[in-house]
Amino acid sequence: MNAPAMTSLERVLTALSHKEPDRTPLFLLFSHYGAKEMGMSIREYFRRPDRIAEAQRRLRDKFDTDCLYGFLYGPLEVEAWGGEVIFADDGPPNAGQPFIRSPAQIRDLDVPKMDAPSLGIVLDTLRRLRDVAAGEAPVIGVVMSPFSLPVMQMGFEPYLRLIYEEQELFERLMRVNSAFCVAWANAQIEAGANAICYFDPLASTDMIPLKMYRRTGFSVARDVISRINGPTATHLASARASGTADLIAETGATILGFSCQDDAAALKRQVRGKLSLLGALNGVAMRRWTPEEAEATVRALIRSCAPGGGFLLADNHGEIPWHVKEETLFAVRDAVRQWGRYPISGEC
Amino acid sequence: MIDVAGNAFKDAILSMDRSTAGSELRRIWENGGRTPASVESVVRLVLEDIGNEWERGDLSLAQVYMSGVLCEELVAPFLPERGSAFPSDKGPRMAIAVLEDRHTLGKRLVSSALHAEGYFPTDYGSGLNAERIAERAGEEGVEVLLISTLMLHAALKVADLRKRLESLGLPTRIIVGGAPFRLDESLWREVGAHAFGPTAHSALSLMHSVGVIA
Repeated sequence: MNAPAMTSLERVLTALSHKEPDRTPLFLLFSHYGAKEMGMSIREYFRRPDRIAEAQRRLRDKFDTDCLYGFLYGPLEVEAWGGEVIFADDGPPNAGQPFIRSPAQIRDLDVPKMDAPSLGIVLDTLRRLRDVAAGEAPVIGVVMSPFSLPVMQMGFEPYLRLIYEEQELFERLMRVNSAFCVAWANAQIEAGANAICYFDPLASTDMIPLKMYRRTGFSVARDVISRINGPTATHLASARASGTADLIAETGATILGFSCQDDAAALKRQVRGKLSLLGALNGVAMRRWTPEEAEATVRALIRSCAPGGGFLLADNHGEIPWHVKEETLFAVRDAVRQWGRYPISGEC
Repeated sequence: MIDVAGNAFKDAILSMDRSTAGSELRRIWENGGRTPASVESVVRLVLEDIGNEWERGDLSLAQVYMSGVLCEELVAPFLPERGSAFPSDKGPRMAIAVLEDRHTLGKRLVSSALHAEGYFPTDYGSGLNAERIAERAGEEGVEVLLISTLMLHAALKVADLRKRLESLGLPTRIIVGGAPFRLDESLWREVGAHAFGPTAHSALSLMHSVGVIA
């Protein structure tokens, strides 16, 4: 006899406690894709919390996803620091010229206030999403990690040189960024987020050596996550997770967003009982998948990661690309309905 | 094949040990008859090896970048000053650009790899659209464009770049690199690029394969 269907929140909480819910939770993470749903330009869409909340409601209904996503775009935090954002017609907004032009500026950097306009739009959106969710679905807030944010604040190359060559300024930047990150995460929780996604693409051995991560990004994450008043998912935004997963499990994060380039089954064995996994559909390749390819990919991931719970199916970057066809997303939804129902048959 | 001295140099740059790396490079210079070629060949092999190890997941992007920075700094005193005419002193007329995005790390890595080989592409910068790149390539008679992208929507704009180059009657070859092409290995063909470079050091061999270097 089939168990009665769970609400999205029950399904997610069961999976996160490493138990088996009724089916694998599906997190299709829509950010700028919502503008397409609403027939608006991306720039205009991101100015309208009411439209963003409505798009989240519609997309959740359409694709049967298990969360509402309060993420707008990556460089939004940089806007709060006075940085430039460049909008595109068919993709996520991107950071413009870095606002830290010289490492010496770090000495005078202050933490932005929570009433910055770009942050206010997110907080307004989260309040609306809390109402949309009505306690039946988790609302996800998002922060950039203090360790990865400098890629947008000062550019990747100067930041790498800072990490390697300017210890004192690096530490000062981490202190300022950490203070902002904690305040920003907690403001989002207060506004209605049930959990925080901590985007930290540099926390991957694709990006920095493990030894360097241990004494930099890991220490920062452990400190910051301990001060966030809610559960946290560390997301590596397409970078491979296996090299740092054991350390990330020690930061206090409960979920790890992994890469389509990770060996999903091996990663599941590595983190079983310590972290739940979130991922890892290839958003770039998804753009050209046939429905059959979507189904096969979803099925394989579920077989590798879903048995025993501790798995949420999502894309591996943290947002569905603009160019992905609805037909493909329907195929993902249907495959989760068909193959994600517990008990899952398959080995991991 | 990297010899013992080359491996000692490689270990030193991966450890960011400037002093030891400098001493090892000087030893290579002395033992190689004090010729630029002796230094160039070792540095090329070492950087290529580091790039391959990154490709296999054994090294990080930070190590690749910092190795390139350190090599450029250490190798400069051993090389002759290059001419000031068109930036590429040898080989085809080449230019490098970041299409749409502002993230310049990939461009920097490819430039460093080419510099180590004695090639100096014109740097068009970042945050450029296809129209601007095509126009400038036309004005300068560029034979090969090295295009770096970070985001998917930028990678898709390579198709527009190809179309614009063709409409200007230019035979310019396009070699692409960056995360979207790494995540979807068929994407470069779909957007009409002539080749895809998974690592910075593949740029030179790809210029051979697309026919701009004999």
